[in-house]
Amino acid sequence: MSKQKAPSERQNSYVTADGRTIGPAVMEMKNITLRFGGVIAIQGISFDIHEGEIRAIIGPNGAGKSSMLNVINGFYHPQEGKIIYKGEVRRPLKPFEIAHQGIARTFQNIALFKGMTTLDNIMTGRLTHMNTGMLSQALWWGKAQREETENRAFAERIIDFLEIQSIRKVPVGRLPYGLQKRVELGRALAAEPSLLLLDEPMAGMNVEEKEDMSRFILDVNEEFGTTIALIEHDMSVVMDLADRVVVMDYGKKIGDGTPDEVRKNQAVIDAYLGVSHD
Amino acid sequence: MAAAETSAARRDTVPRLLAFNAKHYADKPAYREKEFGIWQSWSWAEAASEINKLAAGLLTIGLQPGDHVALLGRNRPYFYWAMIAAQTNGAVPVPVYQDSVADEIAYVLAHCSARYIFAEDQEQVDKILEIQDNLPELRGVIFLDEGGMRKYDRSRLYNYLDVQAAGENATQKQKADLAKREEAQTGADTCAMLYTSGTTGQPKGVVLSNDNIIKTAEASSDFDKLSVNDSVLAYLPMAWVGDFIFSMGQAMWTGFCVCCPESTETMQHDLREIGPSYFFAPPRYFEGVLTNVMIRMEDAGKFKQSLFHYFMDHARKIGGEILDGHTVSTSDRLKYGLGRFLVYGPLLNTLGLTKVRVGYTAGEAIGPEIFSFYRSLGINLKQLYGQTEASVFITQQPDGQVRSDTVGVPSPGVEIKISDSGEVFYRSPGTFVEYYKNPKSTKETKDKQGWVATGDAGFMEKDTGHLRIIDRAKDVGKMKDGRLFAPKYVENKLKFYPTILEAVVFGAGRDMCTAFINIDLQAVGNWAERNNIAYSSYQELAGNPDVYKMVQNHINEINRDVAADEMLSGCQIHRFLILHKELDADDGELTRTRKVRRRVIQDKFKDLIGALYGGKSEIFTKTQVTYEDGTQGSISATLRIEDAVVISVQETAA
Repeated sequence: MSKQKAPSERQNSYVTADGRTIGPAVMEMKNITLRFGGVIAIQGISFDIHEGEIRAIIGPNGAGKSSMLNVINGFYHPQEGKIIYKGEVRRPLKPFEIAHQGIARTFQNIALFKGMTTLDNIMTGRLTHMNTGMLSQALWWGKAQREETENRAFAERIIDFLEIQSIRKVPVGRLPYGLQKRVELGRALAAEPSLLLLDEPMAGMNVEEKEDMSRFILDVNEEFGTTIALIEHDMSVVMDLADRVVVMDYGKKIGDGTPDEVRKNQAVIDAYLGVSHD
Repeated sequence: MAAAETSAARRDTVPRLLAFNAKHYADKPAYREKEFGIWQSWSWAEAASEINKLAAGLLTIGLQPGDHVALLGRNRPYFYWAMIAAQTNGAVPVPVYQDSVADEIAYVLAHCSARYIFAEDQEQVDKILEIQDNLPELRGVIFLDEGGMRKYDRSRLYNYLDVQAAGENATQKQKADLAKREEAQTGADTCAMLYTSGTTGQPKGVVLSNDNIIKTAEASSDFDKLSVNDSVLAYLPMAWVGDFIFSMGQAMWTGFCVCCPESTETMQHDLREIGPSYFFAPPRYFEGVLTNVMIRMEDAGKFKQSLFHYFMDHARKIGGEILDGHTVSTSDRLKYGLGRFLVYGPLLNTLGLTKVRVGYTAGEAIGPEIFSFYRSLGINLKQLYGQTEASVFITQQPDGQVRSDTVGVPSPGVEIKISDSGEVFYRSPGTFVEYYKNPKSTKETKDKQGWVATGDAGFMEKDTGHLRIIDRAKDVGKMKDGRLFAPKYVENKLKFYPTILEAVVFGAGRDMCTAFINIDLQAVGNWAERNNIAYSSYQELAGNPDVYKMVQNHINEINRDVAADEMLSGCQIHRFLILHKELDADDGELTRTRKVRRRVIQDKFKDLIGALYGGKSEIFTKTQVTYEDGTQGSISATLRIEDAVVISVQETAA
């Protein structure tokens, strides 16, 4: 691998190929190592995520991508290394602090409340934006009433944005897979995240559903200015969507840069296609 | 202000109707739309204010009288307003089918040289951008929903709200200009241009004047006593003349409320919430809903099922009679009342049809079973016959004279004559002005006295004065002995059986009629499952002797039915076979809209037709098929040919 300064280490804002201005780094990972007992899931990885960009993490199965996502949102705390989020070094977080830091995510295996409706699932995403006490919420009185109305209005804007009006009152367990993924995205958006993490948003989708989802991801980025980090297996999707790509293999970073740079990177080609040993 | 009042009193243009409604029905709801999960509504006063702002805005961005303004989007109040705002400027609205692909809309937009286009969202704007090089006249595109278009070149793109804001800030001179434009219009000016889908050749732009639309709306509203207290759900394409008459013409004339669903997929749900009193749907909608009800009843518990069937049987017996105002015994009435409480009421509520006072269906023949199902529930479902060139109404069924096999009596103001060849001609106040930029077609369709050829063959029933449509005029032929041959009439009757998916009847120039049958794999498959009949493919099921017997019984019934009709008794089916493959658009046997292509089928299955007329009892055949991925293959089979029971005309007379 070349030792020259990769674009990933650019500290300041830059302009993408399609003319969008990307802000400075919102999150920096420095020499992250994550171990589970004797297993090293992530080994000395550094990269950053800039404000307003779409950042992809790719790699073969077991490369440590999902672990990386869990490190980013604070669910795992790495044994070594430093995470700088919004200019401050992040300490290990308690679960409620994780929820309040402005990072929302979707899961590889859909993690919705199956028995609840689409609307209710999306409303749970608004939880961190509700401040009234349990009693006034139960009585639906005063400030609680106003607050719920505001949050419902926000949820409805997301339903409109994702074009899921027709399933508003349908329990999500009854929905097809592609729509469940969309609802999950809706719930993550409801939290108004500054950083959105998507764990394989297109897994198991057909071509049409993938196109829809790609459009929504681009629209979220454009409309709300949300920074997005995503893991994805479908290379053509990643190369079209992402501004910059991190490539992982066996817990190590083997490539980082724009889709074009990554595509030409020999280490990446070897990891994906295998190397002949003759 | 005085000038505005006198012009409102004239009520001969749509903007004047708007002024009238804003004055007389100021606080009555004019438009509703569900957005963000809540029904938003606008009174006539509010709607008029929105429309006037938009009209002034259109003037400020450069719209001129006589320009064409195209609209691409689903039914939304904003699009109805855009049409009226264009009319206020003396421009002509041209709604376009929004689900058409770019190539299809390209022809329409270029043909009408659209100056401005209202587009719903990014999807529609992208289509226009794709073809804008072919639209030299285009000045601007006005969109409703900005999503995804932040980076688009704005030199010719306008946000709807910005146009309205520009209208609000219009100068006094611009406002005066707008008033002049509005004042200058008369009933003879063009109200709208609607493109017919055109089964042959390119679509034609039908020019309809204010008089056409408003006089038709007035007559048809009186016919069904529509009033300001009615409401309608606008969910059928805006480019279709029916929606234009219901949601623009009649709504503007009577002042009733037009409700727009939240999205195309939520229509059924929104219908239930709104509960319109005036409802139109094509036969396939009623068919689909009925099938759904029946499937869900099959899953219901034993008690519910028996309750449902018991009361539905009762409704079938007397529901229609009650609706038509015939005398029914008190005990039957009481039982029907109980049924309404237990079954009909809840069912209607689920379907969103509780409040329907006037319902219409048109476009194709509707199955008698389906028709009577809805009527027996107490819905005043009627049929009408119309076309774009007539501003919809040619004939319609008056209350109390409703039947599934006629399309009703001539609508008020409409004259009808049947030509020697059997083709239906009409003349009415709604008769269109011309086809836009197409004098040749105009001349072919409309003669000097104003009679318009419908292209349909039909006849007036002597004793009732009802019109019956038999077939497309070009498909109607003569049999060898000169008797009338109307294949589609018989095919439609066959297709009313759920087990028969498609039927093709032959007989032109022959001494008897024969038929190809396609069974409905789903319906017959269900039946086979219940009767423990194993099958592995369509072909095997189609060849099953029990299936043949079932189809034979259906055809015998049809023959009895057809024989009762003196004119059409020659169309009884003597022999038939069940095809070994489903007729398919990929093989060119059907059009993409699933209409039978007679000529292709006649050529392709020449051997089978030969066998039908040659008296054989079975035939071996091999047929080319195209699979979905485009590869070719062939299937072969030995098909059985069966005879059906034919009733001679003398027998029925006896």
